[in-house]
Amino acid sequence: MVTDIKFINVSVDYRTGPLHSKNVLDNISLHIKPGTFTAVVGHTGAGKSSLLKTMNGLVIPKKGMVKIGDYSISNQPNQSLKNIRKRVGMVFQFPESQIFAETVEKDICFGPLNFGISPREAKEIARRVIKNVGLEPSCLHKSPFSLSGGEKRRVAIAGILAMNPEVLVLDEPGAGLDPAGKKEILSLLEKWNKKYRMTTIMVTHEMDDVARYADDVIVMEKGKIVFHGDVTSFFSDVERIKSWKLDLPETLKFQLELEQQTGIRLPEKCLTPEKLANALIEVGLV
Amino acid sequence: MNKLLLGRYIPGDSVVHRLDSRTKLISAVCFIVIIFLANHWQSFLLLWTFTFLTLYLTGIPLNIYIRGVKPFIWLILFAVLMQILFTGGGEIFFQWGPVTISELGMINGLNAFFRFTLIIFISTVVTLTTKPVELTDAIYFLVKPLKVFRLPVEEISIMLTIALRFIPNLFEETRKIIDAQKARGTEFGKGSVFQQMKTLVPVFLPLFVNSLNRAEDLANAMEARGFRPDMKRSSFRQFHWKWQDSFTIGILVLLTASIILIGLYE
Ligand SMILES: Nc1ncnc2c1ncn2[C@@H]1O[C@H](COP(=O)(O)OP(=O)(O)OP(=O)(O)O)[C@@H](O)[C@H]1O
Ligand SMILES: [Mg+2]
Repeated sequence: MVTDIKFINVSVDYRTGPLHSKNVLDNISLHIKPGTFTAVVGHTGAGKSSLLKTMNGLVIPKKGMVKIGDYSISNQPNQSLKNIRKRVGMVFQFPESQIFAETVEKDICFGPLNFGISPREAKEIARRVIKNVGLEPSCLHKSPFSLSGGEKRRVAIAGILAMNPEVLVLDEPGAGLDPAGKKEILSLLEKWNKKYRMTTIMVTHEMDDVARYADDVIVMEKGKIVFHGDVTSFFSDVERIKSWKLDLPETLKFQLELEQQTGIRLPEKCLTPEKLANALIEVGLV
Repeated sequence: MNKLLLGRYIPGDSVVHRLDSRTKLISAVCFIVIIFLANHWQSFLLLWTFTFLTLYLTGIPLNIYIRGVKPFIWLILFAVLMQILFTGGGEIFFQWGPVTISELGMINGLNAFFRFTLIIFISTVVTLTTKPVELTDAIYFLVKPLKVFRLPVEEISIMLTIALRFIPNLFEETRKIIDAQKARGTEFGKGSVFQQMKTLVPVFLPLFVNSLNRAEDLANAMEARGFRPDMKRSSFRQFHWKWQDSFTIGILVLLTASIILIGLYE
């Protein structure tokens, strides 16, 4: 089952006590194709996290409608969000801070049990996903609080994958991890995306990750979507990226510097070290 | 939880915001005392005028204050009802067993209503217009004389400051964890009381764990920067007494005197 996401003229306000933030999402329309890996980028406060929360029904749009496959969310009382939340797995920023159970297994089973899976089946799922996130099954009976930060992050992600969602949304899943740990987690997400065609949406500040993992890119600015397209067309206009106050991937920076200093043009924009190496060989620079 | 207004600060630049925090604290305490001295409609008229003038001067919309009273409305109604139903005196309109509805009961009920709302309004003004840290500075200043009784005033003040400092973080974190558990299929506020209690475990457990971790980090950070509990402290924030502060205190002295005089002569 591959699921797409549609936003139709969605606006979102926040209200916390006396404070009122208006149009955190400002009349957004968008269509995320089923099975794609989409990166959401933008300056801090642009509304990236809010966009994700709206997909999960944690924030209800003031205007407009969100469609997750056949299910929809709009501003009406008594709608059932359970169907949405079961289909959209949401990994928050620093998800390890939501772990609570005394064993890893119990924490992973928490989501599936809430959605009506039998305890036996949930345990079976836990055994499977713990391997999928690259941890030993022996971890299952440990206390989650005895694990390292990176391991906790994997347990938290496993807890979401255990719900078997059709769409996975992640808020900066690599933040605060060591480079190796981050790479492992992101590769894992990529693998799940390709293998199960799980629609994946990831907020990130790292352009290297955008270049390496994403098919599509969404750029947000002040609650609006200013760009939504594939990675190649996103990186095709360097000036435009700078005007959004975004960074460039390291390989692209290197390429631009090289082209400027030597005057030699490489055949295409190189977004990964592999492509860059190939291009350099091709033009005979190495 | 998001509706509770008492204890929040709304940044601003009004006259009330700029008053010395000591002035605001002393005035509020003084005002609450005279609320209980007030017994006549003239006194309440004065108090209401003063309160509305203060609310107006803060530059914060009135509906925010009214929303601040709402969470207490049942408490207030209960107190008012008790007064109306169980005080006798004056002309009696209705009597049934211990229940009497009398003239005095009505008046007492109205007074109870006035007292509650006035207290909430005035304390809301103080917390909405004063930064929590300034409030603790003021409390520290006022209890400093108690040091002669060997009360660890400095330590208490630092504990208070730290506690207040982390209240917004705690709220923020509670909201985040609630969201995270909702995303994992928890439905809050549904089912039996027992089921609802069970949904609280996945919220409070991580909250405690994270708070304990943070407390340890904070203690280490403070120690690494040379914090010693038994040293004499200087303060980064200084008090500045201005003529507006003297003016406010003056107004309160007048107000107190008027309330006492009205009480004596009516
Ligand atoms: N719970 C809330 N209450 C009130 N305002 C909020 C709340 N959450 C977010 N906002 C406001 O909404 C806007 C967008 O916030 P959001 O968290 O979506 O930004 P973001 O793009 O994820 O930023 P970052 O990169 O820093 O994570 C901000 O201006 C913020 O002040
Ligand atoms: Mg964010």
